[in-house]
Amino acid sequence: MELQQKLEILADAAKYDASCASSGAARKDSRGGKGVGSTGGAGICHSYAPDGRCISLLKVLLTNACLYDCHYCINRRSSNVQRARFTPDEVVQLTLDFYKRNYIEGLFLSSGIIRSADYTMELVIDVARKLREEHHFRGYIHLKTIPEASPSLIELAGRYADRISINIELPTQEGLTKLAPEKNLARTQDAMGHIRNKIDERHADKRKPDAPKPPPFATGQSTQMIVGADDSTDAVILRRADVLYGDYHLRRVYYSGFSPIPEPSLLLPIKAPPLVREHRLYQADWLLRFYGFRVDEITTDASPNLDLHLDPKLAWALRNRAVFPADVNKASRESLLRVPGLGVRNVNRILSARRYTRLRLADLLRLRVPMKKVMPFIIAADHNPARLGLDDEALRARFLPPPRQTELDFDASMAVPSDIDSARTGQM
Amino acid sequence: MRTVVIQPVFEAWRESARELLALRVPPSEVLWADDAQEPALFGPSNETLPRVAVPNVPSAFLDMARSVAAHTDARRWSVLYRVLWRLTHGDERHLLAISTDPDMRQVQQWCKAIGRDIHKMHAFVRFRLVGNDAITGREQFVAWFEPEYRIVRLAAGFFEKRFAGMDWSILTPHECVHWDGSAIHFTLGVSRSAAPDDDALDDLWRTYYRSIFNPARLKVRAMQAEMPKKYWKNLPEASLITELIAESGGRVEKMLTTDLRPAKPAPKNAYLDSLRKMNALDSPSLPPTQEP
Repeated sequence: MELQQKLEILADAAKYDASCASSGAARKDSRGGKGVGSTGGAGICHSYAPDGRCISLLKVLLTNACLYDCHYCINRRSSNVQRARFTPDEVVQLTLDFYKRNYIEGLFLSSGIIRSADYTMELVIDVARKLREEHHFRGYIHLKTIPEASPSLIELAGRYADRISINIELPTQEGLTKLAPEKNLARTQDAMGHIRNKIDERHADKRKPDAPKPPPFATGQSTQMIVGADDSTDAVILRRADVLYGDYHLRRVYYSGFSPIPEPSLLLPIKAPPLVREHRLYQADWLLRFYGFRVDEITTDASPNLDLHLDPKLAWALRNRAVFPADVNKASRESLLRVPGLGVRNVNRILSARRYTRLRLADLLRLRVPMKKVMPFIIAADHNPARLGLDDEALRARFLPPPRQTELDFDASMAVPSDIDSARTGQM
Repeated sequence: MRTVVIQPVFEAWRESARELLALRVPPSEVLWADDAQEPALFGPSNETLPRVAVPNVPSAFLDMARSVAAHTDARRWSVLYRVLWRLTHGDERHLLAISTDPDMRQVQQWCKAIGRDIHKMHAFVRFRLVGNDAITGREQFVAWFEPEYRIVRLAAGFFEKRFAGMDWSILTPHECVHWDGSAIHFTLGVSRSAAPDDDALDDLWRTYYRSIFNPARLKVRAMQAEMPKKYWKNLPEASLITELIAESGGRVEKMLTTDLRPAKPAPKNAYLDSLRKMNALDSPSLPPTQEP
């Protein structure tokens, strides 16, 4: 098979993995070396596809042949998709050729599982080893690992990779048993725990000065959950994410709306991808990680799914009117982070500026704060929302989109334009 | 009122600004003008004003000024001088902390535009292989890029660190930068015709771009927000965008009308057997489902 055809099949096979990060690696570069490559700054998105997703890594499978039968996956053994397999040298050469033309930040290599977990891991590791040791490649490498692979192989993968990941795919064992019968939640979390220990060991701030330095290891791990394939609520998904961040110190949990595939399974009929839901989950994820929200504040027992019409921070604020308004000239950082429309960066600017000046609405306008959203929730030197006279219902109505027919919508046009950027990153 | 004509580079502005500061010339009495040809002029040179020592300014301000200098807005020199004056003679040493101040806000917005332009240059430069050095054998690459601002010097360090192992030149209309394995150097801008049009790998890259695109998630505006059309003409993959968008509806329709595939029986495989045994052992110890 021609290289071009292999690339076509094995990139297509990898595109349902949402992970794209190329940031957070240890600082290294090619000066004084024999090869190319650098990492350590913010990641760079070298291109964008018309699906709005960034292209920063060469994201391919080593092979799309697979023993597993995960019904959401194009590569499951029951799929009739055409199979292909790269040789390790082909992936190495593609990575270097693409990298030298500045198409990519590095390689994201995954694989269908063939023969056994260890056999597959060894093939994947061999590509990374060749890149690092034979070609002195110092760009970004992300390796997908398999929970059932030997710990020694995961350690070896971590030695060459900047990031390693295991996809949890679904938030409950029930979901996995039904849709991914070979996968197991407990084993996946055990493997994540092992990886976390390795990362902590290597990157510990306070190592005894005389202790031997452990071998290099990736700086972070991430995972992906598929949204909308099983019937898990957002509350279940977010609780799983919260456990992964809290107990396993994941850098990122990616949420991937279950998307139609050309080889749909009888067990999992396809439908339009839940793009707005996916976007709301990213926003909720941001609230967990950067805005000081606890997971049980984001959804309620009565409505365990996020409101598709309102962002989760605004929805929380409307449920908790009593804690507002917050005075931009006095309120704590924690309180300001909870104001709908104030992002982390603008909260920092407000905290810094108010040491020297009393903030007025014009100051916030200059920071490009969305005034209509913010005003009901804040006090400023020249503004008190009491005079807006909005009760809870009127306030909620102000933020709802105008009524429109709901339909299967591949454009996700329920999201307003300002949502688009945050849909990509999850940042609000 | 005096007019100060400077070359549009940070060093020229800094030199003139220090001189003006030493002479205690307030910002309201200076008109700044760009001139690429002339060396710095100070209007009437028979200075009679007493000179004072130039106070130190925070290094963060110099970093911002270096960045703003690459912008093309004609007001940048005077706004920078006003901020400098306020920091030193205006008794507003904390000005940098006040993002809500109109001058600071303006400076920050210019910095942001420059930062974005640099970032897009790091992202969208596309090197083309032109040969190997006859003596060293090193691969030689050339790229063409059209930045919005004069950022080549600010952006060059990244390429030096990343591509130390190959020889390269990045050509732009304002200024070009070159690396030969030992030193970076800059030359005057050139026209597009000086750069190669394509590379043997472009087709393979387009194959990747086509295959990684998911037609069921079309979000054209999200793509264009990050990769505006002005960059498309120099990106080999951008020639595919129109057709990928046009085909996407039909491709999704085809998926939605495809027959659902039944599950095939598991093949005989020792590893799958071992997984099944582990699953049977693991399941009883699983924590209860966390339904709310």
